[in-house]
Amino acid sequence: MLSTDTDILATAEAWRDAGRGVALATVIETWGSAPRPVGSHLIIDQEGNFLGSVSGGCVEGAVIAEAADVIEDGKPRVLEFGVADETAWRVGLSCGGRIRVLVEPVA
Amino acid sequence: MKLDILREMNRERAARRAVILVTDTADGGQRLVRETEAEGDPLAAELADRFRSGRSGTVEAEGRSLFLTVQVPPPRLVVIGAVHISQALAPMAQATDLDVTVIDPRTAFATPERFPDVTLLPLWPDDALAQLPPLDRYTALAALTHDPKIDDPALIAALKAESFYVGALGSRKTHGKRVERLTAAGLAPEQIARIAAPIGLDIGAVSPAEIAVSVLAQVIASLRQDRRRAPA
Repeated sequence: MLSTDTDILATAEAWRDAGRGVALATVIETWGSAPRPVGSHLIIDQEGNFLGSVSGGCVEGAVIAEAADVIEDGKPRVLEFGVADETAWRVGLSCGGRIRVLVEPVA
Repeated sequence: MKLDILREMNRERAARRAVILVTDTADGGQRLVRETEAEGDPLAAELADRFRSGRSGTVEAEGRSLFLTVQVPPPRLVVIGAVHISQALAPMAQATDLDVTVIDPRTAFATPERFPDVTLLPLWPDDALAQLPPLDRYTALAALTHDPKIDDPALIAALKAESFYVGALGSRKTHGKRVERLTAAGLAPEQIARIAAPIGLDIGAVSPAEIAVSVLAQVIASLRQDRRRAPA
């Protein structure tokens, strides 16, 4: 089943209540043709379980990896992805757009 | 995000109240603003625009870059009439993430066998609507019974609540009589003109399922009005 924002934020709360470390990723800016609109959410726990999306699957892997550090040190950061990235082949957006993603701990 | 802010956002969403989360992207500092409290906020004008559009985005204020997460109530569809079209419409609308409620006082129609997995209220619209969160701008209402006694009170309630979509089944002639009744009931011509009638996008629909597609497409077209390339 597809997850709506309702499910995602409710699940984040349930994960925290179960004692899991949780990070929340939010698309805060897009340029060009980006797959998910500004405000889209992805939640990640310390085991790497996740729900939701910030792109069509292009950069989720990188966001999930960064989320582990955010849960660990409790500091929010802003990540930027796009075809202009030198890592484009690894975590770029095939659609040619660029996005900025805020990753913050839920603490 | 602090856990208590997350809890508050989830509570407000469940109660169908709009909120905006203001996040300082530099340090992660956050505060939550309810629509009722927005007027006194330093960002009042910006927040008012955002509550109207429902769009999240970044704003620069006092040398800071602030991200506004706009959380409006999830869109829902209230269907008046547990009829054949509704049996097709309810699951289709649920598949597009609309929260669906079907209302019909005729208990022969409103049975769980005919409507599995959907909120079904076998009550007159006024009584049923009193049991639900109030109709609002994030609600669509489709009146499908053909019976003025059932459809009219629901249509009046949805128009008064400025629901984003109000549609009514019936021919042009049927609708002409409806316009007369709603005018007599005290509704303004601009309010009555908001009713989509005959209901549904003109796709030549014949079967109940096809009519359901045309109604659902019209609901989505209203919901996504600001994103459309051409009027439908």
